[in-house]
Amino acid sequence: MDEFEPKIVAFVCNWCTYAGADLTGTSRIKYAPNVRIIRFPCTGRIDFMFILKAFARGADGIIVSGCHPNDCHYTSGNFHARRRWIVFRSLLDFLGIDVRRITFSWVSAAEGAKWADLVNQTTAEIRKLGPYTSYHKISKPEEEVIYG
Amino acid sequence: MTPQNKLLKKECLPTFVETLVKGGKLLYAPTKENERIEFKLIENFSEIYLDYIQTTKSIKSIVFPPIEKLFEYVADKEHVEIKDVNLNTIPETIVFGAHPCDAASFKVLNAVFTWDCNDEFFLTRKDKTTVIGLSCKNHDDYCFCTSVDLNPGSTEGSDILLTRIENDNYLAEIMTEKGEAVYKLVKNLFEPAPQVDKNAFVTQLPKLFDLNDLRGKLSFEGLSWMQQSLRCLSCGTCAYVCPTCSCFDIQDIGNQTKGKRVRIWDTCALPQFTLHTSGHNPRHFQNERWRQRIMHKFSYEPERLHVYGCVGCGRCSRACPVNINILENLIEISGGNK
Amino acid sequence: MDRVKQKARDLLDSNKVQVVIGYEEGTDGTARPVFIMDSKNIDKLIFNDRCYHNLAVYLTKVEVEKIGRVAVEASLNTLKGIVKLASEGQFVFEDIDILGVNRNGELYEFASLDEVIDYIDQHPVEYSPEEISLLRKIESMTREERWEYWQEEFSRCIRCYACRAACPNCYCDACIVDINQPQWISPTPDALGNLEWHIIRAMHLAGRCVNCGACAKACPVDIPLNILNLKLAEEISKNFGISEEFLLTNYPLAIYDPNDKENFIK
Repeated sequence: MDEFEPKIVAFVCNWCTYAGADLTGTSRIKYAPNVRIIRFPCTGRIDFMFILKAFARGADGIIVSGCHPNDCHYTSGNFHARRRWIVFRSLLDFLGIDVRRITFSWVSAAEGAKWADLVNQTTAEIRKLGPYTSYHKISKPEEEVIYG
Repeated sequence: MTPQNKLLKKECLPTFVETLVKGGKLLYAPTKENERIEFKLIENFSEIYLDYIQTTKSIKSIVFPPIEKLFEYVADKEHVEIKDVNLNTIPETIVFGAHPCDAASFKVLNAVFTWDCNDEFFLTRKDKTTVIGLSCKNHDDYCFCTSVDLNPGSTEGSDILLTRIENDNYLAEIMTEKGEAVYKLVKNLFEPAPQVDKNAFVTQLPKLFDLNDLRGKLSFEGLSWMQQSLRCLSCGTCAYVCPTCSCFDIQDIGNQTKGKRVRIWDTCALPQFTLHTSGHNPRHFQNERWRQRIMHKFSYEPERLHVYGCVGCGRCSRACPVNINILENLIEISGGNK
Repeated sequence: MDRVKQKARDLLDSNKVQVVIGYEEGTDGTARPVFIMDSKNIDKLIFNDRCYHNLAVYLTKVEVEKIGRVAVEASLNTLKGIVKLASEGQFVFEDIDILGVNRNGELYEFASLDEVIDYIDQHPVEYSPEEISLLRKIESMTREERWEYWQEEFSRCIRCYACRAACPNCYCDACIVDINQPQWISPTPDALGNLEWHIIRAMHLAGRCVNCGACAKACPVDIPLNILNLKLAEEISKNFGISEEFLLTNYPLAIYDPNDKENFIK
């Protein structure tokens, strides 16, 4: 059987983390190819449901990343996002969703090396946890439901 | 076929059920778990709870599932390929211990699903389902089957109807060929039936209103629809627990290239049910939706389908978060107790 | 209760209000909401422990707006709902007449929104021991147990949306789950659809919920939805140090503090 390759989706902000990831590339730092980056204008735009949608479509791990506090291009987007994550993460944990699979991080445009480390560490962690079978199992829409 | 009566001794009941389970058919029966009484898929007789008045959900989901796939599609720029559902995969099913109201509900659903075309999904499921009914020993204040021309010992819709008689033995009325097929599987468990008055062993539920009076008094305008429905919260509970509500919504799940079409339950209590694309909603107010619910069951269905859309199980009243008791309202409309 | 009835009668007779929303005896030992438009029916009004419905839910309904000015027999939970709705601009507080009732059914009158808020402050929320013990029980489970527990609970969901309908704070004309272009939350009552629905319901109420428990009591299949709300209320007050009084008129997820603390962002 093929070795498990984690599928990781990264939701990142345009101004810091996306630029940071760019820097990783232009600095020719090599990092795990398991990540699919999705660019947003701001972490404030990252709807909490995106995380669940990614899991439902087959992601095993998720990275959410944006500007450090006080560095938001729109002044406060990341502060709002942080509040939402605190609440949302506790809800997911309470429902038994594996929050170890969601990595939150601040990565600035200057932190190319941090981005590489973040992706590598996350990939290693998810590789250890294995595929997110319990969530993927319920994600296939039912063709028929009978109560009982 | 001519119905025949047999006796099933109480000690034979577990063997009866377990033989049917082992026979390879799915068997649903009432169970009690954390005070919740629901029909569940059964493996052992010990899981069954027969001393119940009513389950929260009805048995309709067995013949009309809350999600049912209609077909799958694969499409590219030139072609669309439709893959039909193989109806042969629908399993043979037995519903055990359903009360006469539930058994009778299949007749109402059948009238809807064979009205202007034959719904093959429903019909296949219904053909493959055998109902072993159980007459009611008890009723509560929400029950009113006798007012809608049924009764706690009615054989309507049951392939076999069991009634608990002396010494907790069961009188088995074998009503249909499907019932006889089940009987033949376990023939040795049955004995000749004694002469009994079945009605002495079922609960006595007085008739609380007259259907003809009710139908005669129903009118689109002029009734207290508003007063009756003001406290309604516009949720869908009543329709989803109802054994005869049959409205559904069609949803496509998938994308432009691949996916499936399913039908799922829908309810006239929600404002979106009738909302037009233009934004106009012919049933904008809850009293209009409540009127639709009552008129549909007691006026439109008898007129078009020659069957009343209510079996008097009282589930909607029990489940309603704000105690809208349909019986109370029907009595009010029909002009009081008879 | 006599003073509540008298005041309600006066309001109706003087035509200051067109309808009084309160509680009456239901069938089979239940209490239920009642709409009284004629003062000769005022004796139907009751108040006791069975009157748990949050009547604030009716104040945003088009059917009720159509009748005219409303007076509400308001328990503590209903008062909270009213304050929250007024703070979210769903109606002007002065447009509603309040017949406050305490646990014993005695009349409380309020001259202003501030007085209502003061009254609520003097009566801090008391969760039932059952609620708290269920919350702690779930918290003490392992992650896998929690997953199994909620999957089992949600598997009973029939998507009737009684939870949404009974909640005073779920007043959107078009709920996210009813939007299908694009389809965001699946309306199918399967495992994923149910999980996503209950997550989005809890999140949209986080920091807005008044913890009246109407959602769980409305649920025909007994899913303990209020525990989700309760959990989030605890998290919000723990993490953001927000008082109940502040919560009544503010939405903590629409504001922030640069010093908010967490322990999971790398």
